[in-house]
Amino acid sequence: MSERILTCIGCPMGCMLTAVLENGTVTSVSGNTCRRGDDYARKECVAPERTVTGTVRVANGSAPVISVRTASPIPKDKVMEAARVMASTAVSAPISAGDTVIANLAGTGVALIATRGCEAR
Amino acid sequence: MMREVQLAIIGGGPAGLAAAIAARESGVQDIVIIERDRELGGILNQCIHAGFGLHTFGEELTGPEYAARFIAQVRALEIPCLLDTMVLDLSEDRVLTVTSRKEGLQQIKAGAVILAMGCRERPRGALNIPGFRCAGVWSAGTAQRLVNMEGMMPGREVVILGSGDIGLIMARRMTMEGAKVKAVAEVLPYSGGLKRNIVQCLEDFDIPLLLSHTVVDIHGKKRLEGVTLAQVDENRAPIAGTEQYIPCDTLLLSVGLLPENELSSSAGVSLSPITGGPVVGDDLATSIDGVFACGNVLHVHDLVDFVSQEAKQAGESAARYLQQHTQIGQRTELRAVNGVRYTVPQHIDLAHMGEEVTVRMRVGQPYRRAAICVYADGTLLRRLPKLVLAPGEMERVTLRRDQIPAGTKEITFCIEEGETK
Repeated sequence: MSERILTCIGCPMGCMLTAVLENGTVTSVSGNTCRRGDDYARKECVAPERTVTGTVRVANGSAPVISVRTASPIPKDKVMEAARVMASTAVSAPISAGDTVIANLAGTGVALIATRGCEAR
Repeated sequence: MMREVQLAIIGGGPAGLAAAIAARESGVQDIVIIERDRELGGILNQCIHAGFGLHTFGEELTGPEYAARFIAQVRALEIPCLLDTMVLDLSEDRVLTVTSRKEGLQQIKAGAVILAMGCRERPRGALNIPGFRCAGVWSAGTAQRLVNMEGMMPGREVVILGSGDIGLIMARRMTMEGAKVKAVAEVLPYSGGLKRNIVQCLEDFDIPLLLSHTVVDIHGKKRLEGVTLAQVDENRAPIAGTEQYIPCDTLLLSVGLLPENELSSSAGVSLSPITGGPVVGDDLATSIDGVFACGNVLHVHDLVDFVSQEAKQAGESAARYLQQHTQIGQRTELRAVNGVRYTVPQHIDLAHMGEEVTVRMRVGQPYRRAAICVYADGTLLRRLPKLVLAPGEMERVTLRRDQIPAGTKEITFCIEEGETK
């Protein structure tokens, strides 16, 4: 049995939550004011996920970089690896918002997509 | 020869775009949006993180995606936009002096004007931090533009002063681009940023948040070499003996936003000393006939969704003004007291207002288990219990016209602590 203390992000209250874990599952949550705190702690302790956003370089583009995002949230422990992959990625203009930049980002199975377009120079 | 237009909208960011769409949908044909940047979208273009649009679209978009939805509507409605065009002056009779490389200097006479110029960041000069004016000290928003749009990194070892949302977002962004963010210092005993950003931008990356701390010295002559942080007392005065030196090549300042009202001032619009934006009525009309205001130029918002809502209202009001000219009725003042710092609007017109009015406000300090109370000439009108109130979170109270007694002179908004009553 172990305990984890976290801050709820559900609303500005920012409740201090204490989650009790047994064999990798959350058995109880305390410190929350509402249901959202309970839900958040159960998810965050077992399989935390983040939507990752950033930029990638553009070759021959009217802008030097375009902004990108993961199509859905990815495991939190993959975030820095995803950042390194994005830093070493370049795409060619033209590119449109919504285009897939990388089909499988850092082995997560989640696509990296452009959030804005860029015309060719 | 002076060009004439029914409605001129100054600024093509989220406020200007939503105002233009609403005005056109309310029947105004002749509209022009004037934008000084080379593209529409304003600050959203550099806010590449997710979290926009939950209220408006029910999904989490990035800034560019949120902007694109409004830009697409403006294009579909064929609303003309003057890009790369700067408004230099606005007169009391709504003549705009504008300039651009393509067209040179021109004047535009507008039937109505919507101010949607947004805000800018409080600069280093406003902080009185000693030290040389070395390279490496940036406002957080400038760094955001450099990293997210120009593809350049301002530095590698970073200290951030101010824990507003832009500072927090940039702490994560710089870290993900390979920089080391050594600390975020906040002079207040609490952060002005959203809880979600504290967790996902700082705690996720083990970046320390030093509350009640500030920068007391900036070291380095040509390039920043480090900063001295110190703890502050309840009067924000540095406490001797708590100084710590942190080597760094970059200091980002996220210390507040100021509505950009130079044009409003030149037209003679009355400004509120608290919001820094125009004093407006329930229709978002300023003190100058036919001039309306919305978005961050009116008061600084924390969610773009609320900017879009407010701007829609300004667009509709401007349309109504152009169609029937507003009659001036009896003015009921809205007053912010006891914990409420300000309200927008600052006055309403009971005879001419719509069915209801949304009053936006901020509190001056954090509260737990308190209530926003609304009094009409001393009689309690509404009491809204709140589990938590924070200066960083704008509050909104909707008042229906039929709730307000006829002839009310003053409506006050205040915070009352304690659970009973």
